[in-house]
Amino acid sequence: MTVKSTARARKKAAPSVPDKQAGSGAAPELVQLLTPEGERVEHPDFPLTTTPEELRGLYRDLVLVRRFDAEATSLQRQGELGLWASLLGQEAAQVGSGRAMRPGDYAFPTYREHGVAWCRDVDPLNLLGMFRGVNHGGWDPNEKNFHLYTIVIGAQTLHATGYAMGITKDGADDAVIAYFGDGASSQGDVNEAFTFASVYNSPVVFFCQNNQWAISEPTTMQTRVPLYRRASGFGFPGVRVDGNDVLACLAVTRWALDHARSGQGPVLVEAFTYRMGAHTTSDDPTRYRLSEETEAWKAKDPILRLKAYLDKEGLADEAFFAEVEAESEKLGLRVREGVRSMPDPDPTLIFDHVYSEPHTLVDEERAEFVEYAASFEGGEHH
Amino acid sequence: MTGQLSIAKALNEALRKSLESDPKTVLMGEDIGKLGGVFRITDGLQKDFGDDRVIDTPLAEAGIMGTAIGLALRGYRPVVEIQFDGFVYPAFDQIVCQLAKMHARALGHVKLPITVRIPYGGGIGAVEHHSESHESYFAHTAGLRVVTPSNAHDAHWMLRQSIESDDPVIFLEPKRRYWDKGEVGDDPMIPLHSAKVVRPGTDATLIAYGPMVKVCQEAAAAAEEDGRRLEVVDLRSLSPIDFATLEESVKRTGRGIVVHEAPVFMGIGAELAARLTEKCFFHLEAPILRVGGYFAPYPPSRVEETFLPDLDRVLDAVDRALAF
Ligand SMILES: Cc1ncc(C[n+]2csc(CCOP(=O)(O)OP(=O)(O)O)c2C)c(N)n1
Repeated sequence: MTVKSTARARKKAAPSVPDKQAGSGAAPELVQLLTPEGERVEHPDFPLTTTPEELRGLYRDLVLVRRFDAEATSLQRQGELGLWASLLGQEAAQVGSGRAMRPGDYAFPTYREHGVAWCRDVDPLNLLGMFRGVNHGGWDPNEKNFHLYTIVIGAQTLHATGYAMGITKDGADDAVIAYFGDGASSQGDVNEAFTFASVYNSPVVFFCQNNQWAISEPTTMQTRVPLYRRASGFGFPGVRVDGNDVLACLAVTRWALDHARSGQGPVLVEAFTYRMGAHTTSDDPTRYRLSEETEAWKAKDPILRLKAYLDKEGLADEAFFAEVEAESEKLGLRVREGVRSMPDPDPTLIFDHVYSEPHTLVDEERAEFVEYAASFEGGEHH
Repeated sequence: MTGQLSIAKALNEALRKSLESDPKTVLMGEDIGKLGGVFRITDGLQKDFGDDRVIDTPLAEAGIMGTAIGLALRGYRPVVEIQFDGFVYPAFDQIVCQLAKMHARALGHVKLPITVRIPYGGGIGAVEHHSESHESYFAHTAGLRVVTPSNAHDAHWMLRQSIESDDPVIFLEPKRRYWDKGEVGDDPMIPLHSAKVVRPGTDATLIAYGPMVKVCQEAAAAAEEDGRRLEVVDLRSLSPIDFATLEESVKRTGRGIVVHEAPVFMGIGAELAARLTEKCFFHLEAPILRVGGYFAPYPPSRVEETFLPDLDRVLDAVDRALAF
């Protein structure tokens, strides 16, 4: 063997990875409580009792969150939003984990957690300002314990950990949940967050939505072992849950948050799911992704499987489904109208809130700007 | 290769030529393979040169930069792509503390021929962290070279010259000009670190770089209708700066106005104004003025036009300079 071919062999050889991340069915390590066919199954470590009303509530959440997302996608197509990061396919991961939180818990999202925001009762219109380009966030994170969206990949995992360290100092029994993607797992910040959370035994749940892609890069470009196993190297538990199964996501996250809040430290939850759409509306997945893969995941749709279960067990009737449908129409309308009537900010917004106390340079530039803008006819800039 | 090319295509061709001419050249970055980068600057290169030469990396900027340094130490010539300006900061430590200093620390025994390509600047209606101008941070760091083209010809040849340089080069790409077309000649013509007079004039000198060169050219054309002849100088290089060309121009016109997107406070314009005042003091008819971004975070896209210098703001500064 030549040196070159040895090197090549060395490079191409994958280390032995015992469990292939095959998509179909429940691999042994994948926690599942509801099969893709809508059969209820039990998991010894994650028991879950639910009332019919709770199940209907989860269904309603899933449908409305999907509707909101679809509406935002079409608003982007109509030029009302500059960009949209769709959560299509990830509704169960977000609703399941979002509904597992208690009011005092705090969520630190990426830019795709529209379903979690929904569960925190954040007005969906708040989420659209940033994508429309009228603000960089624009809501008070402390009102609903839902932090601002974070675009720099992984940065929020450290903020979540610091917040959790504060909870410990306060002796409170709240917990924090930090959302991030499979791509983000490569960032230094995320690994540093794992370290801090672990050594300070902080009440934070790291919730990774492994949607199989980071823009064009498959998860294999970020890791060669299943992501949930990374936790063990940092000294805390990791669990892989079927991210398209809202019941499993609820049970596992509830367990993880309780584990964290009870003083036992962080948990990593890997929700194994799939990004059905493009990364964002400016991405073109046909360049890197096979449509067969997308088709295979379609069969695991989070909404259809819960509907199948509700139907089979007679837990919801036609009137209920019609009611949800009507509510969905109403939400769609509210979002459309809300976005279209969202005003452009006054340009002096640039100078607002740069500092919380007066700053001479900002004040001076604001005054110059106002004078300059007024020098145009009618006082209008341009 | 003569002909009209977009800046994006001119850069793509430059990368292709560099990969062809030196087997040690490798490209690294997020999504640069099959996708061809989010701006398609590396389009088709992985297909033609393989994933050994055009390397998709994990989503980790410190990792990309740090391993590029290692590859350079091993004799490679990495060309790194940072996806957007706002995402270079996780790599900032590797760039300013390691990349910039290693050559000096090794008393010249170590060379780091790394080119860091960063799409920068605003005007494309993007969300947060996708429109920033952070050139001052890099220009402020000794050991780095910092350049930015404004047209297709320069984009092509400045990138090829950067890749051939044995020093680390921060190569800033004016992303809102990616689709502007221009003639790419088959001769580099001018060295990497020279400024260029792109429009001769006599009444005042507009000094700009990257995305603002076009704005200044338009302003000069508009001013000509009022009988004012403005000279426009494209800086091209921010470290080092070709002060000889600037001095010559400002001494001749007696007035200088620096235009950039980055906040004026502590920006490149401050350095230019101070230096030119020192060198051209007795030739100046007016203080060197600066037009740029405000001292505020880059705003949401619906008001970015307010933040970005435009024709009106440049001409307003011209009026002020001429009124002295
Ligand atoms: C530090 C940083 N680098 C690059 C980017 C550009 N970028 C935005 S999203 C993304 C992929 C993220 O993938 P993942 O973490 O898996 O999350 P997903 O969007 O798939 O949910 C990239 C590379 C960024 N936002 N931040």
